[in-house]
Amino acid sequence: MKILVCISHVPDTTSKIKFTNNQTEFDSNGITFVINPYDEFGLTRAMKIKESTGATITVVNVGAASTEPTLRKALAIGADEAVRIDADPKDGSTVARLIADYAKEQNFDLIVTGRESIDYNGGIVPGMLATYLDIPFVNACIGFELEGTNAKAVREIDGGKETLEGTLPMLIAGQKGLVEEKELRIPAMRGIMMARKKPLSVIAAGDTRVSTTVVSFELPETKAACTMIDAGNVEQLVELLHTEAKVI
Amino acid sequence: MAVLVYTESWNGSFKKASFEAVSYAAQLANKIGTEAIALTIASSDDAAQLGNYGATKVLNITNESLATFNNQAYANAIVAAAEANGADTIIISNTNNGKAIAPIIAAKRNAGLITNAIELPSSTSPLTVKRKTFSSKAFTNYSSTAAQNVISITPNALGTIENGATAQIESFDYTATSSDNRLSSVSVDRASGKISLTEADFVVSAGRGLKGPENWGMVEELAGLLGAATACSKPVSDIGWRPHSEHVGQTGIAINPELYIAIGISGAIQHLAGVNASKNIVVINTDPEAPFFKAADYGIVGDAFDVVPKLIEALKIHKANN
Ligand SMILES: Cc1cc2nc3c(=O)[nH]c(=O)nc-3n(C[C@H](O)[C@H](O)[C@H](O)COP(=O)(O)OP(=O)(O)OC[C@H]3O[C@@H](n4cnc5c(N)ncnc54)[C@H](O)[C@@H]3O)c2cc1C
Ligand SMILES: Cc1cc2nc3c(=O)[nH]c(=O)nc-3n(C[C@H](O)[C@H](O)[C@H](O)COP(=O)(O)OP(=O)(O)OC[C@H]3O[C@@H](n4cnc5c(N)ncnc54)[C@H](O)[C@@H]3O)c2cc1C
Repeated sequence: MKILVCISHVPDTTSKIKFTNNQTEFDSNGITFVINPYDEFGLTRAMKIKESTGATITVVNVGAASTEPTLRKALAIGADEAVRIDADPKDGSTVARLIADYAKEQNFDLIVTGRESIDYNGGIVPGMLATYLDIPFVNACIGFELEGTNAKAVREIDGGKETLEGTLPMLIAGQKGLVEEKELRIPAMRGIMMARKKPLSVIAAGDTRVSTTVVSFELPETKAACTMIDAGNVEQLVELLHTEAKVI
Repeated sequence: MAVLVYTESWNGSFKKASFEAVSYAAQLANKIGTEAIALTIASSDDAAQLGNYGATKVLNITNESLATFNNQAYANAIVAAAEANGADTIIISNTNNGKAIAPIIAAKRNAGLITNAIELPSSTSPLTVKRKTFSSKAFTNYSSTAAQNVISITPNALGTIENGATAQIESFDYTATSSDNRLSSVSVDRASGKISLTEADFVVSAGRGLKGPENWGMVEELAGLLGAATACSKPVSDIGWRPHSEHVGQTGIAINPELYIAIGISGAIQHLAGVNASKNIVVINTDPEAPFFKAADYGIVGDAFDVVPKLIEALKIHKANN
């Protein structure tokens, strides 16, 4: 069995987001990049499948050479090989097309992505990739069990969950629940050493056409100072919510 | 030319987010100089009411094969309806189901996809839309270079506009194919009467400051009084005090309600990322230095176990008098 885990290379969640070049470019100065948190859940789930079935795990990123440390980290966690599709992605549909072009030849049984990338929050790549490959797609996947090629996947719905059944191949876009937070793997020394010897291949990008482009970025307006209310005078909060905020 | 809007329903009734989507589609259609056509699937609600939000026509799919949601089948049905009606812009609400179908539709139509939109397009040629990015730490104006487009709009971010009209209803047929049915739904587990977090006008949320799951009674009581959904910080769901489905923030659910009340939550950057789009934020925390106060509109420095019961009483009195 062959599993492909798609890894997005994103600013660490503590990053202060800022832009340069007249608010048209993301300023990566001083930013630490990490594996997209949703992809960590997916990679850990894939590791568990590998441990029980002997599956092999390939991790893929569409990005420039600067994303290689992130792929190495995925190898250190336990992926078997890494592939970097050499491009400077600016659009989710381009990423999906490039991964599809690569995956078409490889016959993966299972493709695991995150529900969304925490930088551009597109939620675009997984569904488009599944469609280009013509395989079923489970979004916001919070549970996944395999028996042979029969899969049971649980997806989040508004206010609840739904259990789906199908057979491989399929694509699941994961998040917390796919595995629990405490189960997440962090690279150990041995893993880091082994990762150095694992293959990381770079392949040329084909069609890098985009369908959307960034015109400009904006930062949210800074909030006015908070109105403090005395703990002994909670009625004042209710009054303000009624007369000032007009929400109750 | 036309703008097609998919109106999601749950147990046959339209979701509030669907009315927002129709209002959005109607305003966009007006800007382009065309009509907004709504599409309903497996809805038993009164479709003519979508006219009130600006749809001139409603296409109604009642085919048994689409009785329950299935992302491939629904996406293909929407594509078929768009093609049959010459629609080159499709509007979808960014709910869980909307997120599952928008990219499928975009891939099938070779369309530009702009998700998480929070404003009407600032330009229609090229189509330019402002959307949330970086988990609400920033907004990005995207412009599409494609001839066909799909825009998914953030629930609760844009209101509705009502005009009192009724729409004309036509039936539209689509039958799910075997390739649509590669996944089958085994069970749906949804608390009835529960308000979904992304659509809720009010959200009451609590964090580790509450000490243990046994103390959530007052949070639920406060939420009940306000008709609010309940939420929590990430560690609270990680330790199992509350379900994962309540976890809000950068790696949880992103929300933008009218009112967000945060009780015993410190306001870490990852928490704020998912909630700072709320229109009004109330913070209750014992620590005057808690970072959340910087992001709040109203703050009370105090013990939740003292302040929340008082707030409940004050709200009851307010309700009785108004
Ligand atoms: C310095 C820099 C600048 C960038 N500038 C832009 C920009 O201006 N506009 C823009 O849209 N994007 C930009 N990107 C790319 C961005 O990081 C995403 O890879 C891409 O845009 C997809 O974003 P999304 O939000 O649609 O992904 P989503 O669809 O939300 O991602 C969901 C899942 O798809 C997979 N995935 C996403 N991206 C990749 C990838 N690149 N490789 C492998 N798997 C992936 C992951 O599993 C992820 O969890 C930039 C990246 C870098 C490093
Ligand atoms: C990769 C990553 C992703 C993350 N994503 C998220 C996310 O999506 N959402 C999220 O929430 N967090 C997220 N976090 C975690 C985040 O960094 C914080 O650790 C978390 O938000 C803290 O939760 P808390 O405020 O409940 O707890 P604490 O930080 O422990 O704060 C508890 C607060 O309660 C107050 N308090 C104590 N007793 C009382 C009382 N009796 N009455 C009133 N107040 C009281 C304290 O003063 C304190 O401010 C993420 C972290 C990482 C590393």
